[in-house]
Amino acid sequence: MPNFWSDPVGFLIQWLTNLLTGLGLSPELVKFLLAFLGAALLPLMAMLFVVFLIWYERKLYARMQDRFGPNRLGPWGIFQTFADMGKIFTKEIITPAGVDLIPFNLAPILAVGAVLLVWAVMPLAPRIVGVDLSVGLIFVIAAGGFGELAIMLAGWGSNNKYALLGGFRAVALLLSYEVPMVIAMLIPAMLAGSLNLVEIVASQDVPYLLLAPVAALIFFITQVAESGRAPFDLVEAESELVAGYNTEYSGLKFGMFYVAEFLHAFTSSMLFVTLFLGGYRGPFANEFPLLGLVYLMVKTFIVYFVTILFRGALPRFRIDQMLDLNWKVLTPLILAMVFVTALVDKIVVQAGGPLLVRTIVLFVVNMLIFWFSSKLLQRNVRPPRRKVSVQRPLATANVTPSASQGQDNLSA
Amino acid sequence: MTPLQIVFLIVTVATLISAVMVVSARRMLHAALWLILSLLGIAVLFVTLETSFFAIVQVMVYVGAIAILIVFAVMLTRRDIQDRDKVTNRGAWAAALAALGVAGGLVGALTGWQAFASIRPELAADSAAEGTRIAQLGMALVSPDAYAIPFEVASVLLIGALIGAIYVAGERK
Repeated sequence: MPNFWSDPVGFLIQWLTNLLTGLGLSPELVKFLLAFLGAALLPLMAMLFVVFLIWYERKLYARMQDRFGPNRLGPWGIFQTFADMGKIFTKEIITPAGVDLIPFNLAPILAVGAVLLVWAVMPLAPRIVGVDLSVGLIFVIAAGGFGELAIMLAGWGSNNKYALLGGFRAVALLLSYEVPMVIAMLIPAMLAGSLNLVEIVASQDVPYLLLAPVAALIFFITQVAESGRAPFDLVEAESELVAGYNTEYSGLKFGMFYVAEFLHAFTSSMLFVTLFLGGYRGPFANEFPLLGLVYLMVKTFIVYFVTILFRGALPRFRIDQMLDLNWKVLTPLILAMVFVTALVDKIVVQAGGPLLVRTIVLFVVNMLIFWFSSKLLQRNVRPPRRKVSVQRPLATANVTPSASQGQDNLSA
Repeated sequence: MTPLQIVFLIVTVATLISAVMVVSARRMLHAALWLILSLLGIAVLFVTLETSFFAIVQVMVYVGAIAILIVFAVMLTRRDIQDRDKVTNRGAWAAALAALGVAGGLVGALTGWQAFASIRPELAADSAAEGTRIAQLGMALVSPDAYAIPFEVASVLLIGALIGAIYVAGERK
């Protein structure tokens, strides 16, 4: 019987197997039931976690805007999300006339499903992972494709011009930002030598943030864009497009899009931590896997904090600014990074350099390319405006004594 | 009946039904969605063959890029959401005859294949062996005495298509 602290999943499986075979079920049925239970439990935990996430984000976003956030229901407003859930569950589900029922109803399901699929391959702790998939990294990319499909189906199925337009803009944005995202994801795979997420975490003796900072930055920016969050939230800009592709959804279907957006932001923060910050690594994580889970959560919340900071601090981009940023800045930069990283990494590793030399060389090369590209970009920055006139003197209330004496009509 | 056979039968039936619905759905968007389902069925068949890399790449390329492009094209060219076209045209019977002929020819050619009776070689299914197989695929694609030239020709073809698309869609000054 494995110890609970050193192998929690093994312990639970052994205990449940003993319990169920003691009740008289056959071993194959027990194995199937346990696999099914594991597969059902992981997304359930993720969805229940969203309740906390929504409260956390609303409070933090509010504090960044110098206001309190929800503080009526319960101490610090912790029951606000439950109230929101009650409202969304009990709203009338209105299906507008003329909608195409299959895309209209399929879209919220696909939107949430695409995000939950990523949790299946995420390494949560040293021996706790949903599926140890050898191609976990491109599984994540493939699951992202379902999310884009969901947005297009939502925009089309709503029988609404504004929703359709919002859907097109959203998909243009998502497809464009997928290009640098995929290439930036390749760099940790190159450095680790494998597409398996568990192996990428296991080979991060030095976090890949130090070995590939430019790729980490580009990955972070593209993940913020892929989640449709500010400053890239043109797709649901309330003042511009009513509500974009989810205009016609009411009740629980809108709730699904809402949950999908928050969970996507958290999941992409977790992916960033797994790829660039070392995932569950930390002191004593191998002996006590639950400690690894704690480290993963702490690091993910740090990255999530930065995501919310982006949302609270930056104004929204225009669609042409977003696409310019993607195709003119991010894509060439990440392509250059891939070439240089592959070249430099292989040279250093072939020459037999130790880890410290590899780290320093890659870091210096990254910083050089970043400095060089920012120099190139500064040539395109708008120059400061030429002064065309001097500011005219304004009439103020500070009247000087000499002037008042000359113009005072009441003096004798 | 092993569970693998049951899964294979279910997935095959679903893929074939989706493929038939692609050509016989009334609304084009529904046909595109049935196409996505049949492509996912092919990906599951790759998984039953224990090549997870091809399954994932099938989903990523076909569903994540090509199917989205098809859906995009359908949405941009349909006038409204409710259109129902006629599913067949004048050449429907000739097409059915040709399809039956091709199917019959394939079945006839494959019934004499010897490999149906042999046992499939067992592929090591653990993660490290899969990683080695992917590494071998990568080496095969770029080594000069393997498949480097077809690889480069395919990439030149893609660049040509990209330049052509930019030219066709670009603004005429």
